[in-house]
Formats: sequence, C-alpha cells, structure tokens
Amino acid sequence: MLSHIRTMWLVFLHLFRKKATIEYPEEKVKLHPRYKGRIVLTRDPDGGERCVGCYLCAVACPVDCIALQATEDEQGRRYPEFFRINFSRCIFCGYCEEACPTYAIQLIPDFEMAEYRRQDLVFEKEDLLINSQGKYPGYNYYKVAGMDAGVKAKGTGKNEDPPVDIHSLLP
Amino acid sequence: MPTIRIDDKDYEVRDGKNLLESCLALGFDLPYFCWHPAMGSVGACRQCAVKVFKDEQDTRGRLVMSCMEPVKEGLRLSIVDPAAKAFREQVIEWLMTNHPHDCPVCDEGGSCHLQDMTVMTGHDYRRYQYRKRTYQNQYLGPFIHHEMNRCIQCYRCVRFYRDIAGGEDLNVYAAHDHIYFGREKEGVLQSPFSGNLAEICPTGVFTDKTLKAHYTRKWDLTNAGSVCPHCSLGCNIFAGERYGEIRCITNRFNSEVNGYFLCDKGRFGYEFVNSENRIRQPLIRGRLVDAVSEDQLLEYLRHLTGNGNIIGIGSPRASVETNFSLMQLVGIDNFYQGVNEDTAFLQKRVTDILESGTLRSNSLRDIESSDAILVLGEDIWNTAPIMALTVRQSVMKTAFSQTVQQISLPSWNDIAVRELTQEARGYLANAGTSGSPLDKLATHHVQAAPDDIARMGYAIAAHLDPSLPPLSKQENELTARTGEIALALSLARKPAIISGISACNEAILKAAYNIAWALKRMGKEVGISYVLPECNSMGLALTKAPSFEKALGRLERNTGTTVIVAEQDIYRCLPEEQAEMFFSKCGKIVVLDVLHNRTTERAHVLIPSASFAEGDGSFVNNEGRIQRFYKVYAPENNNVIEGWKWLERIGGGNERIDQLHTMIEKGLSQFAGISTEAPAAGFRIHGEAVPREPHRYSGRTAMWAHLQVSEPKPHQDNNAPLSFTMEGYKGIPPAAIIPFYWAPGWNSVQALNKYQEIPGGKLTGGNPGVRVLNESAEPRGDFFTDMPEAFSARRGRWLLLPAYHLLGSGEMSMESRGIAELSPEPYLALSMQDAVAMNATTGSTMVVQIMGKAYSLPLKIAETLTDGLAVVPAGLPAMPVLPFGSWVEIVKK
Amino acid sequence: MTSAQHIWIVLGILFVLLNIAAGLIWVERRLLALFQDRLGPNRAGPLGILIVLADTLKLFFKEDWIPPFADRWVFILSPAIVVGAVLMSFVIIPFAPGIVVADLNIGLLFFLAMSSLAVYSIVLGGWASNNKYALLGALRGASQMIAYEVFMGLSLMGVVMMTGSMRMADIVNAQKEAWFILTQPLGAIIFFIAGIAETHRLPFDIPEAESELIAGYHAEYSGMKFGMFFIGEYLGITLISAMMVTVFFGGWLGPAFLPAWGWFFVKTFLFIGLFILLRASLPRPRYDQLIGYGWKLMLPLVLANLLITGAVLLLLKN
Repeated sequence: MLSHIRTMWLVFLHLFRKKATIEYPEEKVKLHPRYKGRIVLTRDPDGGERCVGCYLCAVACPVDCIALQATEDEQGRRYPEFFRINFSRCIFCGYCEEACPTYAIQLIPDFEMAEYRRQDLVFEKEDLLINSQGKYPGYNYYKVAGMDAGVKAKGTGKNEDPPVDIHSLLP
Repeated sequence: MPTIRIDDKDYEVRDGKNLLESCLALGFDLPYFCWHPAMGSVGACRQCAVKVFKDEQDTRGRLVMSCMEPVKEGLRLSIVDPAAKAFREQVIEWLMTNHPHDCPVCDEGGSCHLQDMTVMTGHDYRRYQYRKRTYQNQYLGPFIHHEMNRCIQCYRCVRFYRDIAGGEDLNVYAAHDHIYFGREKEGVLQSPFSGNLAEICPTGVFTDKTLKAHYTRKWDLTNAGSVCPHCSLGCNIFAGERYGEIRCITNRFNSEVNGYFLCDKGRFGYEFVNSENRIRQPLIRGRLVDAVSEDQLLEYLRHLTGNGNIIGIGSPRASVETNFSLMQLVGIDNFYQGVNEDTAFLQKRVTDILESGTLRSNSLRDIESSDAILVLGEDIWNTAPIMALTVRQSVMKTAFSQTVQQISLPSWNDIAVRELTQEARGYLANAGTSGSPLDKLATHHVQAAPDDIARMGYAIAAHLDPSLPPLSKQENELTARTGEIALALSLARKPAIISGISACNEAILKAAYNIAWALKRMGKEVGISYVLPECNSMGLALTKAPSFEKALGRLERNTGTTVIVAEQDIYRCLPEEQAEMFFSKCGKIVVLDVLHNRTTERAHVLIPSASFAEGDGSFVNNEGRIQRFYKVYAPENNNVIEGWKWLERIGGGNERIDQLHTMIEKGLSQFAGISTEAPAAGFRIHGEAVPREPHRYSGRTAMWAHLQVSEPKPHQDNNAPLSFTMEGYKGIPPAAIIPFYWAPGWNSVQALNKYQEIPGGKLTGGNPGVRVLNESAEPRGDFFTDMPEAFSARRGRWLLLPAYHLLGSGEMSMESRGIAELSPEPYLALSMQDAVAMNATTGSTMVVQIMGKAYSLPLKIAETLTDGLAVVPAGLPAMPVLPFGSWVEIVKK
Repeated sequence: MTSAQHIWIVLGILFVLLNIAAGLIWVERRLLALFQDRLGPNRAGPLGILIVLADTLKLFFKEDWIPPFADRWVFILSPAIVVGAVLMSFVIIPFAPGIVVADLNIGLLFFLAMSSLAVYSIVLGGWASNNKYALLGALRGASQMIAYEVFMGLSLMGVVMMTGSMRMADIVNAQKEAWFILTQPLGAIIFFIAGIAETHRLPFDIPEAESELIAGYHAEYSGMKFGMFFIGEYLGITLISAMMVTVFFGGWLGPAFLPAWGWFFVKTFLFIGLFILLRASLPRPRYDQLIGYGWKLMLPLVLANLLITGAVLLLLKN
C-alpha cells in the first residue's frame, strides 16, 4: 500500500519535470547517423548500382513491402529491373539493410516523408537510388564475389587464384 | 524388415537399403551430396558420415559413410555422435574453402542443397585464409548456365549426364583439386535431358538459363502441380509464376510416370504461356469494333448456338473438360475429333486394343522394371523422350540386377555395380524407320520401312506363338533377326512392348499387339505402350468421336453450319488445301485458343482460352492415366479462362470442375474415375487450404503497388483446394495437390525425400492420377492376321514419312526461344542410294510434288534410311503439312 | 424557490456537468501527458483546449455502426442508460446552499440506487454486442459492481450514523465543526476505492482492460454511442469526486474568500486530479485479486469501521 502511495507521489512529481518531447516541427530533431529512416539504394565506389537483385531484402521484410525484379546486363552483372518499396507499409525495421549482402539498401536519418495520397508513398528505383556509397564507403561486391560480371576478370578478385588451367596435370 | 538402433532407439527399416536412405526415410536429417535416389551411392563426398558400433559393448565405434553401408539386423549407429558431427562439419568446411560465396547472384540460392547442408552441419565461418580456386565458364547452349567456381566436385552431373541420360559431351577434366565438369569445347549440350543438370547439381554450377532471363527465387514463386502439355506421357511438373508470368518448370515426382527427370522440351517449353502471341481479348470480327466484352460475346454466342446447326471440333491438346463441355454444348452427335482421318483411325486402333483389357497398358515404371523391351516403329527418343530415358534405365537395371545376382553386392552401390557390369546391357530391340540414339543400347536395332517393321512384328509373334502362320518368305535380312528377338522376349520375365502412331502405319500397332498377346499367352508379365502425339490425344481418342474429315462431309451437306474449334490449329492437321476447303464450307467459325495461329485468323469469333498454367483441367496420358493440372495463377486479364469455362458459360452451365467431373462420368463411362483423380475443391486440412505460395513469399504489399497502393483481394479458387496466398496448411498435403517441395531445413528440390514413403519410392499416400485403361482379370483376345505386303521401293515415287524432333516438332514449345534456336531447319531426307541415283548431294534443293503442289526442301542424306522412303521433319512452323504415309513424287531442282 | 428558478438550476447544473465531462477529455490527456514527461494535446486552441471540440466533432461524424450480429435495440439503449443513471445521481448533490436539484431526505440512498443502475448499461452493452470480449467485459463489470457496491454503501453508513440523516445538506452542515475525513478516515478511503471500482477507472478498469479484452463491453461501439460511454465515465468520475467532497470533505464549506460553489468545485477538481494520477501511476490488478480484495479485505474493514463508529457513538451518547 505504501509503495502505491510512493508511486503516486513520484508520478505526481513528474508534473514539474522537463518534458522529453519537443515541439516538432517548429523545433527540428537531431538524428544520429545510424537512425533508421527512409530507405535508399546506394552505389559502389565506381558509381555502379550496388543492388544485385538477390531478393534477400524482399524476403526479410516482415511486411512484404519490397518488390523487385532482377535482370542482367550483357556482361552478366545483375541489377534490379525495377525496385519498388511501398512506404505506406514500411515499418522501418531495418531488416532489409541487415539482409543486404552488398550494402546496397540502407536506411538513412530522414523520416519526413508524409504524403496526402497513399499512392505517392510507393517509391520506384528512380526515387530510391542515390548517388552515394552511404554508410559503407569503398565496398564493391563484384570485386570480392567469384563471378565475372564485367567488374573484374575471373581469378583477379581479392583472395582468388588465377583460373585453373584444366589441361594441366601438374599439382 | 531388419531393426536398427539409431542413437539408442530401435527402428524398423526396409531390407536391401543403405543406411543413408534408411535414415532419411525415417525422417532424420542427414546431409549428403553425391548420393541420389535415382543414381545410387558412390561415397564420393564424405558428407553422410555416421558412427557405427560393432556391438552393444562397443563405445568407440567407427566413422562410416552411411550411403555405403548396408542395413543389417541389429546394427547400432549414431547420427548425433560428436565425432560424426565434427567430421561432417569439417567436410563442408573443406568444400567451402573454394566456394565463391556468391549466393546473392547465384540462381540456386534459396533452393540450394549446398546451402541447406551447410546450415545443417553448422558450418558458418570460413577459417581458411588463403586464396580461392577459380575456373573459366563455358557456354553450354540456351538452356543451361555454367558457373564452375561454385563446384563442390560431387560428380553428380557427369553421373547423371553419362550414366543416366547416356550423353557423351559432358565430362570431367583435369586432375586433383582442379577437376572440371564441362564439355571438351564450348557448345550446346547435346543430350535432350540436359535441363535436369539444374536440379541434379546440388549447388549453382548448372542453372536454368531461361529462368535466369527473368530470375525469381524459389520462395517468390506461386506454384501448382501441373502436367506437361508437350507430349503424350503426361510428365508431372511444377510450374512457378511471378508477376503474371510463368518463370520456370521443375520436376514433380511421380514414381509411376516421370520419376526424377524431365526432358528439355518439357522443362523449357513453357515460354508460350508468356508469349506476345497469346490471344487476350475476345473478338467478333466484322464489327465496327472487334473487341467485345464478355456479355456481348456470350449473348452473340448463345444466339449463334441456339439454332442447332452447329458442330464442335475437339482437340488433342485441350483438356478432357474442354472437350467434354464442347461435346455437351453442340450435342454428342455433332462433336468431332480435331485430328485427321489417319490419326483418328490409328488412335482408334490403339484405344480399341487398350480398352479391350487384353493387355496391361504399361506405365513408365512398368517399363523401367521390365527385363526385355521391344520398340516397334516409334522414335521414342523424339516423341516420348522420358520413355526413352526410362527404357535406358530399364536396360541398365536389367544388366545390373544380373550382376548383383552373381555376387552379393547391393544394387545401390552404383560404382561397383557399373564397374562389374561393364558393357553388359539388358535386352532392347529397337525397330524404326530411321536411326535413334537408343540404337547404341540396343542388342538388335533395325531400320526399315513401316510395313517391313510390321511384318517383322508379325513374324516375331509367329515365332512366339505356333498357332500363328509363320512368315511366308524370308525375303530380307530383318526377318532373320526375328527369331533372335522372339527368343530374347520369351526368355524374359517381364517383357515390355512399345509402339506408336508416328510411323502412320496401322499394321505396326497390330504387330505390337500380336507380340504382346503371344507373350501374355506364354504367361509373361507383359505390358504394352502406344505413344501418341499430343498431351491429351488419348483423352480425345477415348471420346470415340468421328474424325475431322467426317465433319467435312457433313459441312458439304448442310450449309451455314456454325463450327466451334476448341484449341486446335486445323492447318496443322490437314494439308493446306483441305483446311481451306473446310473453312470455305463453314458458316460462322468460333475458335477458342491459346496462341494466335492460322486457324484463329479465320475465326469470326475468337475467344482466348487459358493455357495449362492458367487453367484447371485433366489430361489422359498414353498409358490411360487421367492426371489433374491446377491453375498456377489467376491472370490479370480475366478474359483468359479455361476453354471449358467459356463453353459452360455459353451453355449457361456450371463452372465447378467437380460438378463437371460428375457429369463426365455420367456422360462418358470411359472416364469413370475422373472425379477421384484429385481431392475435391472443398477439401481442407484442419480447415485450411494448401497455399500455392511458400511461407516466405515476398513483396505481397509492393508487387502491384505501382498500379494501386491498396492490395487487391486474393483471388478465390473454386476449383481446387489450393489458395493463391501464402496462408494455409504448411504440412505435407495429399500427393495430387502438392504445390512445391519444401521441408524445414530442406529448401532445395531434395526436400522431395520428405514427401516420399522412402527415398525414390512413391509419394506418401500414393501417386496422383487415375488409370482408366485397365487389364481385365481374364483377358481374352485374338491375333490379327492381316499381315501387310512387304515394302518395295517404287520408281520415281517415295513413301513420305514424318521425322519428329524433340526440339522443333511441338506446336507450343516452339514459342520458347531456346527450343526455336535448337530446332532443325526444314529438310528432306533420302537414303544415300536414292540420292546418288538422283545425282543429288547434301544441300541440293529437292522438289516434293503432292497433288499438283510443289514444295522445295534442301536434301539431307540419311545413311541408315531404307531406299524408297522420304523423311521430312513434322510440325516445324516453316514446314507445310504434308500427307504423311502417302506416296509422293520427288525431283531434283 | 419558484419553479422557474428551479428549472434554471436544473439546466445550469446539466450544462456545467456536461461541459465538465467534455472538458475532462482535455484535462485527462494533458495531465497524463505531464505525468509522463510529455506535453499532450497542445495544437488546437489555447493550450490545446479545442481538442475537446475536435474530439466531439470526430465522435459525431464517425460512422455510427451497429454490428449486424448485435441485438439492435439493446445495443442502442445501453449507452443511454449509463449517462442517464449517472446524471440522475447528481440530482441529490448540493453544489452550494440551495443549489441542488432535489434535496431528498433519502439523498445517499438515492445516490446508491442510481449509481448501481449504471451497471445495467455495461451488462446490456456487453450482451447486446454479441462478442465474446464484450460479454467477458460485461460479466467482469457485473461481478465487480456486486462486490464493490456492498461496501460502498456500508462505507457511507458511518457518516449517516454520525449525522443521523441521509439528506446531503444535513451531512454537509454536520461538517461545520470537522470534516468527516477526520472522524471517518477509513470510511472515506474505502468509499474512494469503491468509487474507483464503481466508475471502473484504472487501476480497476477490469471490464474494459484493453490489453486483455481489447475494449471489453464497448468493443463493438463506435461514434457517439461510444461517446456516451465515454461521457458516462467522465460523469462518473465527477460524481464520485463530488460525493467524496460532499460526504467527507465538507462540501461547499470553506473560508469565505471563495463562494460556496467555488469551494465545491475546487475540491471536486482535486479529486478528479487524483483519479487521473491513479491512472498514470498504478497498474491494473488481476481480476481475481480485485474481487478477492473486495470481499476479503474491504468488506471486513468496512464492517469493522461500522462497528467501531457505532460503539464510539454509543459510548459518547452514554
């Protein structure tokens, strides 16, 4: 019983505390660099699209708000033919960013994306792709993956031996 | 049934199996790579290690490869033993030292056996800090993509390609850790079964190139069980859809039909579903605006069909339901088969023989378990490729079982059995008009004219049954072989006879029957198979409707008759002039079809009908097995619905397939059992339908958001116990409605093990499909005695015969780019002697004269062709339809 | 008093009460926010007071939906019962000398009778909704009411014994020397606890318990029907606070620098604040704990209180 009264007293004292909320939008929020807001698609250091259309973001998404279609250029480099995020469904959980094996999809500190029409919250690749490497500068997936997709020849990647000469029997 | 002790618990297992199979059958998750239920064990990958204990006192045990260890009564083993687990993890770790870890751009990712096994063993970090081995890739044709870096050297690909499919152009090269699986030189894989490499390969070395063109992960596909529409075998398939397009075809196991493998036509022939050439809009031609709404169309058609002067043309590629609905709409007397007189006559002979119940109509499994096979006059390599593959397996297995009997060796011990068997083969005799890749396997192979093949058949029967008159004259060398063939068949326990109608010769069918009946009277467990041209040829033939040419006669008597053509291109079954004559005598022409073709151009009313992927229905395969295929997805365009639904709508009938099946059973007793081919639409498991989409299906709320941000209501399915969503029963459904293979921890096609009673055995609860042609308990029959005259070449005239090409002869499959690329150009084949006599060489332009029309074709010299025969490819889009089986004049231009 | 005056008083009280009930929307939200280190509604009007208007308009314009599976007439009737019953209870509250609708000689008894009628609205509303959550809420409401009704009445009996009257004006006048909170502290506390339960406010909001029963008996209600329940609840808070003030805290009595009705309202608002503070600070007990607490602790306590009061009165008399 006493603890109840003490609780009530302590809660009552909160009347006089400084308020934790701020008067947004008059006063702007200070967001940290890793704040999980709007989703963007980044580019690799050479300016190429980082997204390889692996569908892992789509499958990780708990509200299934990411849809894409992978396609390839003549050199075998995968990229998304379209990449669509329905932000009216997005819950900004950041699972897509965690799932992304190429650091392509990233959540950035921007949340001011309200619209009067829900349809306007459907973002296509043009709306998502930014001209930056985002949080992970210097990473180029095709430099480390085994594929030859026009970025590097077979066997010239990091940690790779030159291609095997299959006509040789030497050890 | 021996009892084995796994981790201190007793289990009953089947005798004669290895430990790996037995553990998998019991539901244990034991990793493996090189073992495959259809290929046996070689013990190459060292992945399935378990610990086996000598006796109850043994505590140390020893590590063995479970795939190489036979089941023994009282055997004690441990799967979870720490040493065994560590061993398995280490094997994976070694394999992964060179794996490129490029799963994001690998088409296998998400349905990858290597991923599954890596997770299963617990390996998760590459400790090896040194460099990875790399390889150059090869171009392997339009179907298969090669990415050699991903290889884990399990040898499954070459074992399948060479041992199972009999291909020779894929092999293993180089040595030690550099071994390379590929072709000697870059180039198209020659085997028509190369597509199976995509499923056989446990990782992403060989992947489906057509899927790559519009890549979708397995978890994103909307799937349903379906039946391949490209030949009469009715192989079971899964079709996967995404964004309103069919994306890939994978094998659906049915131990009595296709087993584990599909041919390339079946696997890659799906692109017609997505074709630009699809009919998508109902049209009434000759109006100001051709395109009409459904209501306008139905009103017009009801008016048109109301007056009674109407006939219907059924189709061998339309479902049983569509043919039946058409039959109902126009009346049973006004329904005709959409095949020419010759084909209808031959098919009637086939159905008469099979319906008499005298002989067992062989399933592919029956053929596989036969110990002597005679192929009479059918080029099954091209017209029924999976049957050819099955014949190959049968021939190999017969030899293996002889080997196994000589020394005690388990039959699953693949490499040892093959080594011992060497070149020995089971008995196969292959008689055809032209050579076949099966000839390499055959003990006897014969190339002759169809009549001579038939005579040979009659002669074999005469050898087997003394009541038959022997061959009057031993006029040529092939009759000399009949004795040997007859002897081999009579020594067999379970001989199988295969024939078909592609040689356009009735006598061959009769001869095949005679042989089988003679063997039956000898007490053999004999079965017969007749190969037919289309996926539902048997279903159409069983309706017993008169042929298309009978309709022609009728049109001549009654003018102004309305004709409804259901899914058949008349120009493909009749020579052009006859087709033109047909259309000129019709009143209004109503055509339902999938793709635009020359017949649809002639239609006054054109109705889009659903392909196998967008519709529900059933096909009857050559064996007489009714098999259900399910709508994979509901197209955006709601004009595209099944032919039977359109026809039912015109007649104001029902649109429930279950009710239609009841009516079919009532109306056509030969289809009795069609209502039991699959669970009814109302079937539920714990109140839930079976989802077509895997539980990880992604993009639900974004797929169509660019059109409308509110998600559409999921399409409801009134004709199948399947839902178009990811919600529903997650366990293993009845075999007929399995939409895809998935089990916890098993994302690849290898999850199939969980759906079978034992690995490689039948599906849990029985294979789907209902046989309508059954052997009677007391078979009675008579021999045919009308042996044809021997073939003799005529002067200046040739017997025109069709050559079927697996990649090229299919009407629908030619819409696939890869198949079109690999299909042959039109040609005319003559024997060397005939060519020389005409002073022609390969490439010379020859002119075929038929009924006053001349067709120019380049010459191809066929070494093994009999003199007096002329062979042209059948069914190529660029080829005119010629009267096969008739005598034609050929001159050199 | 003329009847015209009387009508003005009735209308005046009704006007004030309904405005208080509506205003409590804003008061509660602001206070809760402040207790939680937030600001609360502060956009519409000065200090956000027009949120009341916005909320009311919203409630009026929301779809007034009657579920097809509901018992239509009962469903419509039950929100009216709660407002009606609570407003009827206010009949006997003396806001200031002479400002009372009906100065009944059975004032307290009338209050008890009317406030127990309010439970009908919960039971009927839950029943008519034809929804398992609603029905569970209604059942909980009913048993909670039965449990707390008993000692609510008994807790007031000490005061009645000391005053010798149930007339509210008499009770207030009897406190000129000392408020009954001093002589009847246990009765006051028990009455307040019973009052919370009676108005099913937190921590005793068992019948609606959002986290367990979505919204309990009014789960199916929307629009102004829900609004009636809402107003009924705020009126209930006001009623219990007014009763506390009248019976235990000297009613309108107070130093003369404020008018009598002013004292009354100030005291009442303090209790309303207490209600809101309770909501902000205490968690909801389990259902069985609540009922057990009522029967096993409160009832014996209130009986003991009566016994002692009676004994002391007898001793003093002698």
